[in-house]
Parts: sequence; structure tokens; C-alpha cells
Amino acid sequence: MKSYIENINKAFESRIRLGIMSILMVNDWVDFATVKEMLDITDGNLASHITALEKLEYVEVRKQFVGKKPNTTYAATSAGKKSFVDHLNALESIIKKTT
Amino acid sequence: MEEKNQHLETLTEIRSLMEKSSRFISLSGLSGICAGIFALIGAYAASVYLAIDPVLGDYSAYDGTSYSSPNVRSVSDFYTFFFTDAFLVLFFALAFGSYFTIRKAKKNNQSIWGATSKRLLANLMIPLATGGIFCLILLNHGLIDLIAPCTLIFYGLSLLNASKYTLNDIRYLGISEIVLGLIASYYTGYGLLFWGVGFGLLHIVYGSVMYFKYEK
Repeated sequence: MKSYIENINKAFESRIRLGIMSILMVNDWVDFATVKEMLDITDGNLASHITALEKLEYVEVRKQFVGKKPNTTYAATSAGKKSFVDHLNALESIIKKTT
Repeated sequence: MEEKNQHLETLTEIRSLMEKSSRFISLSGLSGICAGIFALIGAYAASVYLAIDPVLGDYSAYDGTSYSSPNVRSVSDFYTFFFTDAFLVLFFALAFGSYFTIRKAKKNNQSIWGATSKRLLANLMIPLATGGIFCLILLNHGLIDLIAPCTLIFYGLSLLNASKYTLNDIRYLGISEIVLGLIASYYTGYGLLFWGVGFGLLHIVYGSVMYFKYEK
């Protein structure tokens, strides 16, 4: 039982972080506005959660200019993808255990 | 038990976000039904113009170069009719199709002109435009019999390609169109009939299936 809990990743405990990772798992590079629209949250809220994931090196950030507008896009790193999958598997095991 | 439900809910939410962010799920079945109805009207108009029975008609009178219909006065008259007919079908199918899809996108809270819809359109348009140009080349070479089968085959391939970015049912519609196109290219001369089945009937069938599956 203990091994399952070990894989529950604290970094993904918030719904917003789970949301960010879900989107980045299935897309290559996604811009700030798209993530924001998908999750329906404020700029500040999203920025702080993304920064947290970036610090853990789960998310990679790329800043570019489209014309004169700055455009920031995000992608999940391979470490981020792996941790996220482990986290999901752990959640699934817990569900199966309790049935 | 409480905790278990919470985890289940989380997993469901993750699944839906993955789906929603990578696929354009707002394609409405009603759009397909509309496209099918207009295609059937267009095909019927063409059969009246060529004076052949839409289903059991004698297609041998129609061999691609000579037309027995009194409505066909000249070759340019023939082209004008078919381009107008095709344009009207396309226009009405797109207009009504967009209406239902925009309506569904609003309901789903998915933006109609976002990353997912752009990706869907780009992947649909590349094979479709290739097919369109190829059919114009066939026309230029006078291979009129092969045009209807080619539109079906290329449309099928376009759908197959686009299906990765929208509802998965589109994939089976694409495969059906390809099969029908191949049969039609063997039995040439029945272009209009196959075209009516492919663009009319199949759209209506798949549109209804998708409507009852996702929107009811």
C-alpha cells in the first residue's frame, strides 16, 4: 500500500496543475492564452502554477515574439511527462485498491 | 469511499481536458446531415439536367463526351451548369454546417477559431485541395468519368487525415468514402449515383449517428 502513496506527487495536487499537465501531455507547444481559456482561470493564478512546475523542471518555457507581441509557449518535459504518468497510475491503483 | 470518488473525478477531468485541448470536439452531427441533404439536392438537379433517372437511369447515354439530354446545349453550357451546381451545394452546406458547429462550440465552451479548429482545418484542407486541383487536371485531360470517384477518394483521405484532430467517427466516414470512391472508379459512368451516395447518404447517416451519440 505504501508504494502507491509514494508515487502520489505533491506537485500535482492542485487541480490547476493537473489541468496544465493534462493539456501539455497531448499537445506539443501551447500558448498562455490557450491554457488560460481551457482552464478558465486568471492570468496570475496560471502564471504562479506554471512557475512552480517550471521550477521542478516539469514544464519548459519558450518566449518568442510574434510580430511585436511577446508570445510565451509551454511544453511538458520528459521528466514532467514521466512524473505525471506515475501520478496518474498511482491514482488509478488507489481507486482499484478500494473497490 | 469519499476519497475514491474524488480521485475518479480527477481522472475524468484529466481525460476531458486532454480531449478538449487536442481535438476539435464541437463538430456537429447536424452539419453533416445538412451537407448530405444539399448534396442530394445538387445530385438530383444534375440528374434532371442530364435527363437521367437518379437511381436506375440508363447511364450508357452519358459517356463523358456526348449527351443525349435536350438540356445540354453545348459543352460550355454543361460546365457552367456543373460549376454553378457544385458551388451552390458547397455554399449552402458550409453555411448551414458552420451554423450548427458554431452553436455546438458555444455550448461546449470551445472557441470556434482556436488551436484545435485551425489544426483540424489545415489537416483537412491539404489533401482536399490536392484532390480539387487533381480533379481540375482530370477535367483538362477530358477524363470526366474519373472526376466523381476522385472527389470521393480525396475527400475520404482528407477526412481520414482530419479525424486525428476531431471526433473519431470521422475516421470511419473517411474510410467509407474511400471504399465507395474505389468502387466508383471501377464502375465508371455511374459517377452521379456514387457521388449522391457518398456525399449525400453517407453524410446523413454519419451525421445522424454523431448527433444521437453526442448531442442527444
